[in-house]
Amino acid sequence: MLNVNNLKVCYGQSEVIHGLNFSVPKNETLAIMGRNGMGKTTLFKSLIGILPLSEGSISVENIDVSRQDSYQRVENGIAYVPQGRMIFPSLTVEENIKTGMDVSRTKKIPEEIFTLFPVLHEMRHRKGGNLSGGQQQQLAIARALVTNPKVLLLDEPTEGIQPSIIKDIANVLNEIKRIRDITIIVSEQVLSFTMAVADRIIVIDKGHFIHEDLRDDVNTEQIKKYLSV
Amino acid sequence: MGGYTYSELGAIFAMQGFAGISLFSVLLLMALGLAIIFGQMGVINMAHGEFMAVGAYTTYFISTITENYLPSLMPIYFFIAIAVSFLFAGLLGYLAEFSLIRHLYKRPLDTLLATWGLSLIMQQSFRSFFGAREVSPTLPDWLLGSYQPTEMIDIPINGMFVLGLTIIVTLVVFYLLFKSSWGLKVRATTQNRVMSGAVGINTQKVDRYTFALGCGIAGIAGAAFTTIASTGPTTGSLYIVDTFMVVVFGGAASLFGTIASAFSIAQAQSILEFFISGSMAKVYTLLALIIILMFKPEGLFASKVRR
Repeated sequence: MLNVNNLKVCYGQSEVIHGLNFSVPKNETLAIMGRNGMGKTTLFKSLIGILPLSEGSISVENIDVSRQDSYQRVENGIAYVPQGRMIFPSLTVEENIKTGMDVSRTKKIPEEIFTLFPVLHEMRHRKGGNLSGGQQQQLAIARALVTNPKVLLLDEPTEGIQPSIIKDIANVLNEIKRIRDITIIVSEQVLSFTMAVADRIIVIDKGHFIHEDLRDDVNTEQIKKYLSV
Repeated sequence: MGGYTYSELGAIFAMQGFAGISLFSVLLLMALGLAIIFGQMGVINMAHGEFMAVGAYTTYFISTITENYLPSLMPIYFFIAIAVSFLFAGLLGYLAEFSLIRHLYKRPLDTLLATWGLSLIMQQSFRSFFGAREVSPTLPDWLLGSYQPTEMIDIPINGMFVLGLTIIVTLVVFYLLFKSSWGLKVRATTQNRVMSGAVGINTQKVDRYTFALGCGIAGIAGAAFTTIASTGPTTGSLYIVDTFMVVVFGGAASLFGTIASAFSIAQAQSILEFFISGSMAKVYTLLALIIILMFKPEGLFASKVRR
């Protein structure tokens, strides 16, 4: 579904992602783990097109999106839930969700969204900026889902969110994978969350992949060692 | 106040108030366009006054044609002129965005210079096509004359017509911004351009239509302007300063603020103008504005949502 080939990303002259290769098939959840500053967010931003790639290619179902603008990548099936959620604070919850529906050309918010996130239905007339962190995270996921993505990117979805909600988010991600044919890529530092959602785990360090494992074979001690400072 | 009786003062205030309403209408239409464009793209459009002049000249042009070739249409030509002014100014705005402004988004100060240059080019084009002398369209008869509720008060009909037009345009703009899907995209882009792209909004396309719409509204302002005063090549530049004042005073992102500030600035100027000279009226208005802005630097109505 998603193929990434020799991806390199630079800030000015300094290269921070050094030629990554990976592909994620349909119905798989891939977790990319790593400490702060190792390139997770940079990788995600280059996948959605906020940062340009300096070399390599990205393709979704064999369509090359490497040179496309963000909105074109969304049309081709990539959806992005950024770190820090980045919802539109002075739009209502309903309007926030609708911003993602420009691509799918639908007028009414699908029932499915409110089944997944009942709290958003309750809050639908509130301003996005007045929701709690966990609610904003659910809103950001809902906004990404209404674009009918083939690949869903989530950048540190558990950051700054209380533990009980983290479990809810893990359940929601598993539910999304069950009801849709979708590839999910999530970047994470919390191992318990990763173990609850991921089928495969890759560890990133200074812009290189240094470790890869299927969830069932994961040696948690070893991963913890990679993640500790 | 200089030996006026109370009833005379009342009549003066009423009449100057209505004169102020005409000024308010033009300022509001101008400021709406300017505020939408600035809010959406952070571009300060120095040529906005010239887009108003485009509307005014278009109206003059259509009036001349109608008078010479289709005199039977004189009573209704003004409505056609308003529509054509909107479309023509909008089209020019679209072209200006496409050919000039979109290349400068990452350099906001350069857009200031570039649009100023554009305004000079447009002024010279007016001079070349229509001459340096001021022109006025022939207004249809029903727009002339005045309504007299009492013996001392004269309310010009053109003023009321312009006010009605302004109310309609303002309502349409509100509807578009807060109910239409275009408006949703504009508001999303205004808040977070990068993220809007990442949820699938083609922000460049939204920019282009927003700029065109803002310029089109300036075109309507131009058509309305022809009922109040005559149009010359530099008419636009005379109004751009007042328009900026309205936008800054109202709070850059608030449409209600724009309305309130257009109203207070226009009324203050118009009523003061009767008692003191026009330039002193402007001085006092500006002074009051500066003092208020010192205490409320974000303008009259700043948005109160956490960011």
